[in-house]
Amino acid sequence: MNKKTVKLKDIAKVIRSKNAGPFEITFDIIFKTKEDYEKVKASGVLNKELIASIYSLDPQRILTFVFYDAANAVKITIPRMRPQGSVGEVDMHGAQQYVPLFDIEVPIGA
Amino acid sequence: MDEIRVLTPNGMLGYGFPVKWFKRALSMNPHVIAVDSGSTDSGPHKLATGVMTCSRAAYTKDISLLLDAVNEKKIPLFITSAGGAGTNDQVDIFLDIIRAISEERGYHFRIAAIYSEINKEIIKKKLRNNEIAPCGPASPLTEEEIDLATTIVAQMGVEPLLKVLNESEVDVVVAGRAYDPVSIAAIPINNGFDPGLAWHMGKIMECGALCAEPAGKVMFGIIRKDHFILEPGSLEERCTAWSVAAHTLYEKSHPYMLPGPGGTLDLSNAKFEQVDDRRVKVSGSKFIPSDKYTVKLEGAKRVGFRSIFIAGVRDPILIEHIDDVITRVTEDVKDYFKDISADQYKMIYHIYGKSGVMAEYEPVKDFKPLELCIILEVAASSQELATAICSRARTELLHCPYEGRIGTAGNIALPFTPLEIPLGEVCAFNVYHLMEIDNPVDLFPVKYLEV
Repeated sequence: MNKKTVKLKDIAKVIRSKNAGPFEITFDIIFKTKEDYEKVKASGVLNKELIASIYSLDPQRILTFVFYDAANAVKITIPRMRPQGSVGEVDMHGAQQYVPLFDIEVPIGA
Repeated sequence: MDEIRVLTPNGMLGYGFPVKWFKRALSMNPHVIAVDSGSTDSGPHKLATGVMTCSRAAYTKDISLLLDAVNEKKIPLFITSAGGAGTNDQVDIFLDIIRAISEERGYHFRIAAIYSEINKEIIKKKLRNNEIAPCGPASPLTEEEIDLATTIVAQMGVEPLLKVLNESEVDVVVAGRAYDPVSIAAIPINNGFDPGLAWHMGKIMECGALCAEPAGKVMFGIIRKDHFILEPGSLEERCTAWSVAAHTLYEKSHPYMLPGPGGTLDLSNAKFEQVDDRRVKVSGSKFIPSDKYTVKLEGAKRVGFRSIFIAGVRDPILIEHIDDVITRVTEDVKDYFKDISADQYKMIYHIYGKSGVMAEYEPVKDFKPLELCIILEVAASSQELATAICSRARTELLHCPYEGRIGTAGNIALPFTPLEIPLGEVCAFNVYHLMEIDNPVDLFPVKYLEV
């Protein structure tokens, strides 16, 4: 069996984060090809537990983790650490929180 | 009517748009120009203090071009979420801007203004009746928080606009806070088009041509019986099945279940098809009405004043001991201000080069940076106190000893004077809740006027 893996950033067209309202941050991972999307989806490597461990969250606090076939995309939404713009804010738009997703290793072997 | 054509000049009124491509889109004979002006995305300040997203000059510039088009083409202009937060004052400022432009250019318009601030007593009553729930991970609402909020607005649905369309001929509608796609969906829904398609088209178009490649401003939409077509105003941009599908995800909690006033937009079976090089056809979007009609309440409160200092660190020995140094400085400051109760102020260190961008979410812990940028954020009950605490921490950090110290003349490099920088008021969103209502029109009073 081919166990070859690649980093998510190498097969994704878009990896981004943004506020979804003042209390949530949402991540979009959109794949370049349907084929890669289907392989990653089928592999089960990308899951709630992995996201929770990357962002030091309890998996139960992940609000959305959904594969969206129409866009070859994965959507993940997590709670913000603090309401947007309040004392201690580090990222008003939630725009730079996606970076740790770049290096997730995913299988693409047949 | 077989189709309704909608022109959106940009995703945020006041941000400007290319006149050339706007005019091109205008030549495609839209039935309406629709644009949203609001967002919670730049923080709680606007709602708490009333400041607008853009300057009056910026709004005047955009609105002037739109009013020229209304006058020339005799089509209506719908503006929602006036001023950014959509408070009553911001609606009135927009009316004033429209009045000034119309007087200058000799235009005569009939205008409907729709207001969206909600009386706090109504909200408290709803709260007591258990008709208010948090929207997402917000805390449950309390009467105390309702009182603390400067202003509370509700995102109106399409119904107040339908009321205006059915009781009067207007050239311009200026609405307070509204669900973003309302201005785009209103005429299609009023003419009996599928609300699923109307809302989905609105959801995409309310961001202007952000769904195009490359992303742009002017967007043109045509809704028909069983689909809608999107085309960017600019000939240098194209909509692709991919770019439109991808945009559907943008800033939403869920990819295909999008709750809004009166129901949920279900995009699980939405289909995105390339029509030609620059146009995309969308079908299959469904609207599922909810049992109870809810509107989203938005409110923010003032919580105090903030001051900061900004400092750089290059010394590798200090960088290695930075956590200990900050603990020590924080203890010293607490001791110095021990006559002030600890809940009167907050000190938060933002350490760039370490965890400045991601804070608690940063997974990389063992990185050795060349430099650090330290920003101390102090929030306190007054500006003077915030600056005094900031100053005390800054002088302590500048001179405090630490293990292995060799550079003994100063620990931090300060780029700016004043060394402590007052940032003014700090605000917080404290109302972000869904409220059940019986009548989606009555909550939002309408006023008609002529200019």
